[in-house]
Amino acid sequence: MELFGNANDFLIWVRGDAFSIALGVFVVGVLIRLLEIILLGRKVDYSEARGTEWGPGLKNIITRSKVDNGTFKRAPFVVVVGYIWHIGFFIVLLLFVPHIELINATLGLKWPGLTTPLVDAAAAVTMFAMVVMLWHRLTHPVMKFLSTYEDYLVWLLTFLPLLTGYIAFHRMIAPYPLALGVHILSVELLLVVFPFTKLMHAITLFMARWYTGAIMGRKGIKS
Amino acid sequence: MTSNNESQTLSLEKGINALKEQIDAPTAAFFSSCVHCGLCAEACLFYTETNDPRYTPIHKTEPLRRVWESEYTLFGKLKKVLGLAKPVTDEMLTEWEPLIYDACTLCGRCSMVCPVGNDISAMIRKVREGMVASDHAPEGLVGASTRAVKIGSPMGLRYKALAAQIKHIEADTGLTIPVDVAGADYLALLSSMEIINFPEYIESLAKIFKQANISWTLSSDAFEATNSGIQIGSSDIARELVQRVVDGAEKLKVKYVISPECGHAFTAIRWDGPNLIGKPYPFKVVHILELLAELQKNGLIKTSGKLEKKLTFHDPCQLVRKGGVEAEPRRLLAQVAPDFVEMSEHGKMNWCCGGGGGVSASERADELRLKVFKRKKSQLEEIDVKLVVTACANCRLVLEEGLEDNQMDMPVIGLTELISEHLIEE
Repeated sequence: MELFGNANDFLIWVRGDAFSIALGVFVVGVLIRLLEIILLGRKVDYSEARGTEWGPGLKNIITRSKVDNGTFKRAPFVVVVGYIWHIGFFIVLLLFVPHIELINATLGLKWPGLTTPLVDAAAAVTMFAMVVMLWHRLTHPVMKFLSTYEDYLVWLLTFLPLLTGYIAFHRMIAPYPLALGVHILSVELLLVVFPFTKLMHAITLFMARWYTGAIMGRKGIKS
Repeated sequence: MTSNNESQTLSLEKGINALKEQIDAPTAAFFSSCVHCGLCAEACLFYTETNDPRYTPIHKTEPLRRVWESEYTLFGKLKKVLGLAKPVTDEMLTEWEPLIYDACTLCGRCSMVCPVGNDISAMIRKVREGMVASDHAPEGLVGASTRAVKIGSPMGLRYKALAAQIKHIEADTGLTIPVDVAGADYLALLSSMEIINFPEYIESLAKIFKQANISWTLSSDAFEATNSGIQIGSSDIARELVQRVVDGAEKLKVKYVISPECGHAFTAIRWDGPNLIGKPYPFKVVHILELLAELQKNGLIKTSGKLEKKLTFHDPCQLVRKGGVEAEPRRLLAQVAPDFVEMSEHGKMNWCCGGGGGVSASERADELRLKVFKRKKSQLEEIDVKLVVTACANCRLVLEEGLEDNQMDMPVIGLTELISEHLIEE
């Protein structure tokens, strides 16, 4: 490593300057994207409302997580594997003790974590589910047809933090500071790309669900 | 050739501008949220019955997405400057036209299923605005909306045709059908299909309103409820047609306007209308089923006898998924049909008949429409009913045609008519 005298220097850089840059791009990027959406506004609706907007909008944010029975029967694979990897991803991200410590150091928020063997298992399951999902994307006629380079890029950028974290945790690459540095760098890549890709759905889906729930609520449709 | 190209460029520009006008915060939130999971395909009968991935609902919105990305996002603008953006072209719109008009009934089932909550069918409706503005609407719908504007009805029907039907009904039944009665409480609208194919509806209204002692009227200026502008996706045409109803209602000073047994007419007059004309109405709009349920609740409709036939109710998409009329038909049926059964997926998850959103008005789409009817066919076979009740003249015609095409001997009837058949004769 020419740029960094040794692995420790590299780790210091990714933890310091690189982290600040990535976080800055993420925060500013997300804010721009959100403003881009919100500032478009909605036209005034002159039709006589039959129901309210806020309540049904908020309710839809929760209820849309459940797929209707008919669709589940028609596409159980996407639904089940989709749930598994999303839940697994959040277990690893939010319940791994070193992650909680980092969040505590950055934001001052703290909560109890899971024991490491459980998080380790969740990481393995998540990676497996993601690979299965990628295979599905490459072979299912609809997903294959819809997918663009961005879908595969986003898959890779989401997969890398899991993989590099797993490698670092199991000391599969030496020296450890290098393995950890690569892991953090992969997360920073994810943060930087997040606002400019469909990774944004993690935030905008709350808006999308709210808008649809509100539109339906106003008309008295059970969403 | 040059002038041809020029006019093509001009119409493309108009189309893109029309698409730009459609983009609002929900649209931007929806496009930002789609992860290409493909679940909306499973909600669309045009996909489930053909397995053609081009019919995936979110794919149909691609022209609008491209305009949104390149005009309303920073990153998209950057891509456009660098020449990396995929533009909307005339060829693209030509390719998309059958997807938008023949393979989407605007039924809104995809909007119920999308896990990130995207109202996909609302976006497809928006794409139609761009299609019309860029001269990419199908012939059948262009014809229907031209007739609606010039003659007053998409089927080319003038008032004298309605007057003739009224005369028939009055002679047959001895009932009076009030026309142009100023100061009546209710103005009833009709769809052309009811006038031509199902005049029973008019007779049923007269019978029920007589018993319930409702003060009502038809209007010789504003009798047509269907709105081809909504179907083709032209706000300009839709506005003109809504304005006709508003003028007619204002002239007669009615308190209520009744939307008939038609799905999109309700969307047009109840929800889109005030926004098209840019102000609230001076009257209320009710769907006939809402009114009947209300009359029933107040004990103003007295029925006798029960229909001893196993039957089901086909929810018109625009009523249930876009209009919120779901409980009313069930309450009405409970009064006269003890052997009422639901289809496996019903109410807000009902499957479309395949002919809504202007699809049945386009001859080009006939073959595909009959193909996707398989979904309704299997739904009906599953519960083995002897009769289908619905509340939309278009659903009714499409169901009748589909059932006949599949050699299924199953009559279809309108709910208003069913109720009127069981009224206690006074």
